[in-house]
Amino acid sequence: MSAAEPLFRAEGLSKRYGGVIALDRADLEVHPGRIHAILGENGAGKSTLIKLMVGVVAPDEGRMMLGGREVTFSNPSAANDAGVVCIFQELSLIPDLSVADNIMISRPPTRLGLIDRQAQRRIAEEALERAGAGDIHPRALVKDLPLSRRQMVEIAKALSRRPKILILDEATSALTASDVTKVFEVLKRLRSEGLALLYISHRMHEIAELADDCSVFRNGRRISTFAAGTKTDAEVIELMIGREYKHAFPDKPVREPDGRPPALQCRKLGWGDRLRDISFSLHAREIIGLGGLDGQGQRELLLALFGVLSDISGDIFIDGDKVVIDSPVAAKSDRIGLALIPEDRKTEGLMLPMSVRDNLSAAAFDRFAQFGIIDRQQQSALIDDMIRLIEIKTASPDLPVSALSGGNQQKVVIAKWLMNKPRIILLNDPTRGIDVGTKQEIYRLLRRLADEGAAILLYSTDYDELIGCCDRVLVMYDGAIRRELAGAEITERALVSSALNVDDGEPAEASAQ
Amino acid sequence: MTEWRYWLAEQRGTLLAIGIFVAMFLIYATNHPAGFSANMVQTASNKATLLAFVAMAQAIVVITAGIDLSVGMILTLTNCLASWIVVGTATETALGVAGVLGTGLLCGMINGAIVIFGRLQPIVTTIATGAMYYGVALMLRPNPGGSVNETLADALTGRLFGVLPTSLVALAAAALLIWVPYSRSVIGRAAFATGSSEVAAYMSGAPIRAAKFAAYSLAGLLSAIGGLFLTFFSYTGEAAYASGNAYTLFSIAAVVLGGVSLMGGRGSAIGAIFGALAFRTIGDLLFVFDFDPLWQPLFQGIVLMLAVSIGAFGLLRVRNRLEWFG
Repeated sequence: MSAAEPLFRAEGLSKRYGGVIALDRADLEVHPGRIHAILGENGAGKSTLIKLMVGVVAPDEGRMMLGGREVTFSNPSAANDAGVVCIFQELSLIPDLSVADNIMISRPPTRLGLIDRQAQRRIAEEALERAGAGDIHPRALVKDLPLSRRQMVEIAKALSRRPKILILDEATSALTASDVTKVFEVLKRLRSEGLALLYISHRMHEIAELADDCSVFRNGRRISTFAAGTKTDAEVIELMIGREYKHAFPDKPVREPDGRPPALQCRKLGWGDRLRDISFSLHAREIIGLGGLDGQGQRELLLALFGVLSDISGDIFIDGDKVVIDSPVAAKSDRIGLALIPEDRKTEGLMLPMSVRDNLSAAAFDRFAQFGIIDRQQQSALIDDMIRLIEIKTASPDLPVSALSGGNQQKVVIAKWLMNKPRIILLNDPTRGIDVGTKQEIYRLLRRLADEGAAILLYSTDYDELIGCCDRVLVMYDGAIRRELAGAEITERALVSSALNVDDGEPAEASAQ
Repeated sequence: MTEWRYWLAEQRGTLLAIGIFVAMFLIYATNHPAGFSANMVQTASNKATLLAFVAMAQAIVVITAGIDLSVGMILTLTNCLASWIVVGTATETALGVAGVLGTGLLCGMINGAIVIFGRLQPIVTTIATGAMYYGVALMLRPNPGGSVNETLADALTGRLFGVLPTSLVALAAAALLIWVPYSRSVIGRAAFATGSSEVAAYMSGAPIRAAKFAAYSLAGLLSAIGGLFLTFFSYTGEAAYASGNAYTLFSIAAVVLGGVSLMGGRGSAIGAIFGALAFRTIGDLLFVFDFDPLWQPLFQGIVLMLAVSIGAFGLLRVRNRLEWFG
């Protein structure tokens, strides 16, 4: 740790929500010119700590010192003015406004009381450049940008406020690999400029690359602070979950070829120039990963299989029979038996204000409806079974989904589709922004579903997940399958190099049949 | 080139409204028995101006993802008030005009305050306040009557330099002096932000409450300008319930025609003005083609439906069906 005076110090911060203690006499020191990683499961108190630091909520006890003086922030703008800026996990961008408008939303340059658009644009371009996203046009509307570019705009917006302490809360979870590289360069440059950075991420290799100091939180308290690199991943995870850390990933059973046709087979699937010549087979009891940089067509492939895209060329076979899937209704029919677990659980996967019960029922009404009338008893029975099966932590199935934690929300999304007893399960980055414990439960669930006969296609932006979870990995690049990796071939090196469309010296060639 | 495209994307709704209006007006003008004349333009513009003011008012509120169902009643109330106080000497008349505009502004402020501090749904709030405003109008003018300073009325409904309809100039002035500064101010942008995503606007520290308050207040003011012009055209005040309601409903139609998104966050009052002009031209079109006026509501409905469908044509070309819901 640096010996110099800390830029920011929290002392004995506590925060209670009703009977729940979110933060319990936590302390923390943040030094200028260093990147400080905060680790902990969801519910460990990280989010609460940040909310206190940026004035979203006020502490019950304790104090915060900034530059040696005690500070209190009554709202986010007060914290921003003092130089504490947070890039929240939940995007705070306004979809119908332009990138420049968004970057300068809270304090635009004005002339004669009106917004000075030229000056605003200049500042926005500068901020985008500083964030390493100079390719984003300042006049583009935010809603027209893909998720990863929006996140870059969010970072530019934070930088335009000239922070002294920059907090990144899962800020890279939506980014593509190349953006992550750029953002890391930016963060390292900001560190050298003397900024203090607080970095919250569930991705261990990111923390290993970036952090100077690490602090682990558990049950609302800071458990330990240590210099980065002095503990192994297993030791860190042990600190986080407070129990011994054995296998993050369940074992992969060896699947004997059974001579049956593949559950799902694609032949020369294409969609404009976004998907090209996609051919692969997915068998029952198999988990295939979709890898590659974000935005290389993985999402489109899943949507194409699920009948969301129109004008698809090529053929799809289910159990050896050629089928046409022209809508999600067709995709989830008994004959095809597909389920798609979407990426953006907040908008595509869940109806947040509705109850767990209603959400679980939404895709499976015909399972317990007679002539269009819902059979309540049968519905309750099925739902109780499902909540038990995948261990959703909710006090009652009648609670709104919005009241659950992120991890449990994601479990509801998965459970919702399992209600339909699908045979082929497509997953779109299901563990994004989820804590380690829930991730492991999801991995175990996926493996169990596969063992029980499901065929699983898993798109993930997390390399560890592809390595640990998948029997085979298809790495996509520019809308096509660049390479297929199986078994021991699935290494981080192979994944990264084929994702970047470069050879890594190994002789393997794209061999998707 | 790309700059130009971004501009086009921003202005698409407004340009479409202008296009629809120009096309309809050309058909109207070329088929008019008297031909294209300053007189004809003046009559057409006087008829359309009232709706245009109310449509501007509606657009400003709709952009915040709200709706104001009291605009027609504010117009009626200010019309009744103007028939009492916009009379007499120049000074008295000026004070009267100020009183009328102030009343409209006050009505809008009441709407805004209830929506913001009472946290009531705009649709319910403005139905209730609209009924109240109508009630006051009825107190002022239980029977049609009253008068207005006719010199001022004739000046503002006549022609400038013999060609330009004054009402149109007033409309342009209102757009230039109210809409343009508003849309480029911090408050105005916060209004767009609020309409687009209120949560994100809050997290970004945008002045949400001020923006909504400004929107409803300006809507009241613009409706009052409409009420004032109604008095100038009719020389009297009348608490006409059906006509007030029609203005409210037509203002929503004009806003939609004008490319303002009812979901909020997108559109412009300029678009709404042209939406209003286009909507009014429908009736004139039927007139020049010798249709029975009974056909007018039916045709207005059809044109509105068609215009809204143009915006939906893009959806037919959508290759990712999820964009239907975007």
